[in-house]
Amino acid sequence: MTTPPSSQNPAGTGTRGGAAPLLGRKAAKVDRLAELMGERGDDGHGAGVWREAFLRMRRSPMAISGAVIVTVFVLVALFSPLIAPYSPTAQTWGAEVFPNRNVFVGPRAENLLGLDNLGRDQFSRMVIGARQTLLVGVVATLVGFCVGALLGGSAGAAASLGGAWGRRFDNVVMRVIDMMLALPTLLLAVTVAALIGPSLTTVMIAVGVAQIPIFARLLRGAMISQGSRDYVLAAQALGVRKRRIALAHILPNSMGPVIVQSTLTLATAIIDAAALSYLGLGNPDPAFPEWGTMLADAQRFLSSAPSLAVYPALAIIVTALGFTLLGEAMREALDPKVRK
Amino acid sequence: MLRFIVRRVLQLIPTLVGLSILLFVWLQRLPGGPEYALLPDDATDEQRASLRRSLGLDEPLTVQYLSFLRRIAQGDLGTSIASGRPVLEEFLTRFPATFELAVSAMVIAVAVGLPLGYLAARRRGTVLDFAAVGGSLVGICTPVFFLAFILKVVFAERLGLFPSAFRLSPGLDRTNLSGFAVLDGLRTGEWDVVADALAHLVLPGLALASIPLAVIVRMTRASVLEVLEEDYVRTADAKGLHRNTVRTRHVMRNAMLPVVTAIGLLTGSLFAGAVLTESVFAFPGIGSFIYSATQERDYPVLTGFILIIATVYVFINLLVDISYSLLDPRVRAQ
Repeated sequence: MTTPPSSQNPAGTGTRGGAAPLLGRKAAKVDRLAELMGERGDDGHGAGVWREAFLRMRRSPMAISGAVIVTVFVLVALFSPLIAPYSPTAQTWGAEVFPNRNVFVGPRAENLLGLDNLGRDQFSRMVIGARQTLLVGVVATLVGFCVGALLGGSAGAAASLGGAWGRRFDNVVMRVIDMMLALPTLLLAVTVAALIGPSLTTVMIAVGVAQIPIFARLLRGAMISQGSRDYVLAAQALGVRKRRIALAHILPNSMGPVIVQSTLTLATAIIDAAALSYLGLGNPDPAFPEWGTMLADAQRFLSSAPSLAVYPALAIIVTALGFTLLGEAMREALDPKVRK
Repeated sequence: MLRFIVRRVLQLIPTLVGLSILLFVWLQRLPGGPEYALLPDDATDEQRASLRRSLGLDEPLTVQYLSFLRRIAQGDLGTSIASGRPVLEEFLTRFPATFELAVSAMVIAVAVGLPLGYLAARRRGTVLDFAAVGGSLVGICTPVFFLAFILKVVFAERLGLFPSAFRLSPGLDRTNLSGFAVLDGLRTGEWDVVADALAHLVLPGLALASIPLAVIVRMTRASVLEVLEEDYVRTADAKGLHRNTVRTRHVMRNAMLPVVTAIGLLTGSLFAGAVLTESVFAFPGIGSFIYSATQERDYPVLTGFILIIATVYVFINLLVDISYSLLDPRVRAQ
């Protein structure tokens, strides 16, 4: 349950073969510390690492602020129809707002955050938008996680257990992954989006696809570093079937960094989704306001009604920050080297 | 060293071939197939038929793929639907602008990020450290186009400190040698052009620098912290080496390894990040062109540009690996 060598060097594309001695040395160091740590676990099954990580996180202000932000965001998103006082699409106050003449309505008793450029209640749109944003983030992360874990997991298992053919398979898969990494994330997303046309699904798939190579590399790295551990050797010696070793022994022990990465990916997914919306590839349906689309739409009025852009922008920044803080805190808590 | 480089270059081949297959398949899958995606909507049936013939769309897929490769090798990336000009030409006209923008962003990011990251590590737990780490977290979480808009509204429109759009002031008299405005100005001695071009680079440069800056600060800090703990640093200090020698020869040289990798990869991603920044500042580079190509579904431009950018990215990767091996002899030994 250690941070794998690849996450010491999260951007370490292409140095896979080249930097092995350096990373190998680091991995050895991390692994030894992790073993020491594992021995102190109550049941000896490595659960101690998670418990200790949790205890450490409870003391970390970073983790607490992250967790609070994320909890509030998720609660708002889940109960948004109950919280939002008005419909996000009803242009109830349409007669009070004239964007052409720079007439906007700011916060007031009935509209907590004022009205948007079409006379809709900004607060309701923000609240409903939270749900869309959460949906985009979660689905995109799941797409990246599932496909990436499948690719990286099979490559990692093949490399550590499959012998010469396994290493060959691993090599082919990793070439494909390297190729995907060669496309900058945003371009990859734009390419996918250009293929399937603008919609919410497009954004989710596009952002998710761009995350696949990261998850794949991470899980593969973690599985290979676990593959050389004593417990794997022991299982092999006992004659446990390879598929079982890979799925029941190596995989669960390699999930730590991947779970951390998922938390961080939720943040990037929300930001990337906003960028795609800005590029006009987001959901054109006004019934489902999403923060990225709202922000992109509000840019036109930035000099006359900055608040229209600032609310969704702040929401995106704070939410992304929440996930990032939580992810970083988890990474630190799980990393024995940072533990003092 | 030579063997290492040769091996790394050979490793590029499968990546590039795979990339071309990916783009080829992508082109096949476009709505309506290439003959619809590659021609304007009002093209006649004869035009479509002649494109089908010239692309050899009736041939087997393998033959099509090989001729696709041949056309790429000859520098023929197709013709832009929007402008009717060859895609490669469009790229080369816009490349200098984006290159200047990416370089200024990287200069800002490295010049601020390295010292800041180093100081944050040396003064761990101080206000400076907290501000650097917090600031870079917020930086990573801020959508680039929003930051660009804020910079534009505040510094260009409200305060009028910097120009808000374009690469050079309209009507500026300049000798165009290579398309690189700053370099041309330096070579011909037109200082007003240099100043004007630099002024136009400040705001987009800052916006584009935000993410690399944040990443560099955090990586430098983490890396320096790790190296400071190493035994050889304590040994160097203990044997009475001058503080600056320890800092440069021992701490910085070793701490730079992961940072160099990150800088290289970040430079590659800047070309894509430029899509957002350039479109906000109407900066006439690759990014704003990709933006308009996305809006207009100009597929030849999208495919061609993506191919070029990805190839550049792969080669930057190679340079990163080579510089890595120069910095760290252990990498070469493998």
